[in-house]
Amino acid sequence: MAREKKMQLNEGVTRLNRIKPATNAIFNIFFLVLALVCFLPIVFIFIISITDNDVIRRQGYQIFVTAETFSADAYKYLWGQRQTILHALWVSVYVTAIGTVLGVMLTSLMGYVLSRREYKLNGFMAIVVFIPMIFGGGMAASYMVNSQILHLRDTMWILILPLAVSSFNVTIARTFFRTTIPDEVIESAKIDGASQFTIFSRIVLPISKPVLATIGLFLAFGYWNDWFQAQLYINKDSLRSLQAMLNAMQNNLEYLTKNPTALLATATDLKRNMPQESVRMAIAFVVAVPIACIYPFFQKYFISGLTVGAVKG
Amino acid sequence: MSDLEVKKEEAVQAGPEPKKRRRWTKDDTELTLLATPTFIWYVLFCYLPMFGVIIAFKNYKITPGASFLTSLLKSDWSGFDNFKYFFGLRDFPQILRNTILYNVAFIILDIVLPVLFAIMISNIYSKRKSKTYQTLMFMPHFMSWVVVTYFVYAFLITDKGLLNAMIRAFGGKNVNWYFEPKYWPYILIIMHIWKSIGYSMVVYLASITGIDSTLYEAAVLDGANKFQQGRYITLPGLKPIIIMMFILSVGHIFSSDFGLFYQVSRGANQPLTPVVATFDVKIYQMLTSNSVSLGKTAAASLFQSVIGCITILIANGIVRKVDRASALI
Repeated sequence: MAREKKMQLNEGVTRLNRIKPATNAIFNIFFLVLALVCFLPIVFIFIISITDNDVIRRQGYQIFVTAETFSADAYKYLWGQRQTILHALWVSVYVTAIGTVLGVMLTSLMGYVLSRREYKLNGFMAIVVFIPMIFGGGMAASYMVNSQILHLRDTMWILILPLAVSSFNVTIARTFFRTTIPDEVIESAKIDGASQFTIFSRIVLPISKPVLATIGLFLAFGYWNDWFQAQLYINKDSLRSLQAMLNAMQNNLEYLTKNPTALLATATDLKRNMPQESVRMAIAFVVAVPIACIYPFFQKYFISGLTVGAVKG
Repeated sequence: MSDLEVKKEEAVQAGPEPKKRRRWTKDDTELTLLATPTFIWYVLFCYLPMFGVIIAFKNYKITPGASFLTSLLKSDWSGFDNFKYFFGLRDFPQILRNTILYNVAFIILDIVLPVLFAIMISNIYSKRKSKTYQTLMFMPHFMSWVVVTYFVYAFLITDKGLLNAMIRAFGGKNVNWYFEPKYWPYILIIMHIWKSIGYSMVVYLASITGIDSTLYEAAVLDGANKFQQGRYITLPGLKPIIIMMFILSVGHIFSSDFGLFYQVSRGANQPLTPVVATFDVKIYQMLTSNSVSLGKTAAASLFQSVIGCITILIANGIVRKVDRASALI
């Protein structure tokens, strides 16, 4: 009740302090345009993907699609190539799932250890985590280590391991543990004879779900959108994720036809039957749309992660 | 919680604690065990590459039958030859200029536009509309550069692109976007803002929401208008986060978003190279080319790391001088 009253009071002052209705209208139009500029490209590529290939060849990409210019050929074609696409999807899902779980584990372990001030090596570990934030060996040295010393080229692990931990995420976790878990809880658990493993797995993890979700989401989107690792380290077609496949198709649209399925006979046949223009955009749409549908639901975790992360290391 | 509060809290906790030498306890052993997996990760993926940079000072030759490490250690030292090669490249001044100028543009725009937009959007009456705009503007952040490249392609490709269709509709002539270097600085800057604006706006918006609303109420009673409120309440309230974002982006002034420069320009090939090539693009091209040795590439990327590290320390040092509490380190 009291809260409601306070809100009403605030409402009054807020009302007094509002911008003019005209300004409000201008702002609304301004942001509506910005929002559309940010969102419409994905609608455009969808429209292109369902436009008839001959129409595109004659008149270029269309902004609208009518009954005459509509064609589902691109998606029929992709369906014919579903083996390649589903395999790439599987690689994406597999890498994202394993990477996220592994990354959250490694990050929260280090974050927890750093949050324990009484730990003897705390200072040392903090430095270990901090230095990579400002200095690194660079792309070439990492490439050399990963390919020549760790021998990770053309393995699933090169897609997973290098992205698993980041000092930024560790800092988020540390700050969260430090600020939300009272020292008394941990001290009393210790007095009860709990080991640090028990404390971490039974007390810390269960009450840290929000931050684990945030870090997990950062990682999951990072893995799902990664194409760079594949571009640098992967030659095997069987290890290409959706993003890597899309990347490979930029210069070589025939990538899809490299693995002819039993449905259509030869590679040349496949090439001839491909509605080139619309297929290009159809595949981009197929890769983009899952994220475009999912992100509104996870947005708030991203924002909370950002604001927690905005605390220095 | 703001930076300041954390710092205070740390000062309180660290202050009175005397420097005592504590014995190693069972607790320490357990915590060390917990930290070990991540520690190993850091050694393998962060610290090995740091020591791997010795290849930049070597004339790497493969010793037949030996492992990579043995070959590396047996190779002759070459001093700074690899670095001289990089500085002597004909396009070195160009990539240096590109990297710095793009970053300067990004640093300025990444602060001015999101702060301005955040203040504007926080004033919209309807919170639901404001949330909807934010959500829609956040979308590009979640798209990979590969997907974005397809978006850009749909707009720019000469004969079929939407942009040329619009130009034709207004009576203009087709522009060969992918072959006209002069447009690319604008295209890249616009794409950078397009992809990051939703995200950075939300960061600043979160801080604006955190500003004590009684300050505004008091200001209204004192007769402050919206601009004065922005100037004397909102901007000072945002100062710590603006400074932090500033240090971070200044520290990255010698690196660049590889995806933006390499993917969006579809491989940074001629004739776009002079305007889109940055350090990262060049290093990537050196790394994947067969004619450039690994040592030379490592020298180039070590130079980039070192100079980046120096800039972040300098930027932090300056901020520390001006306003201690806002410094990052």
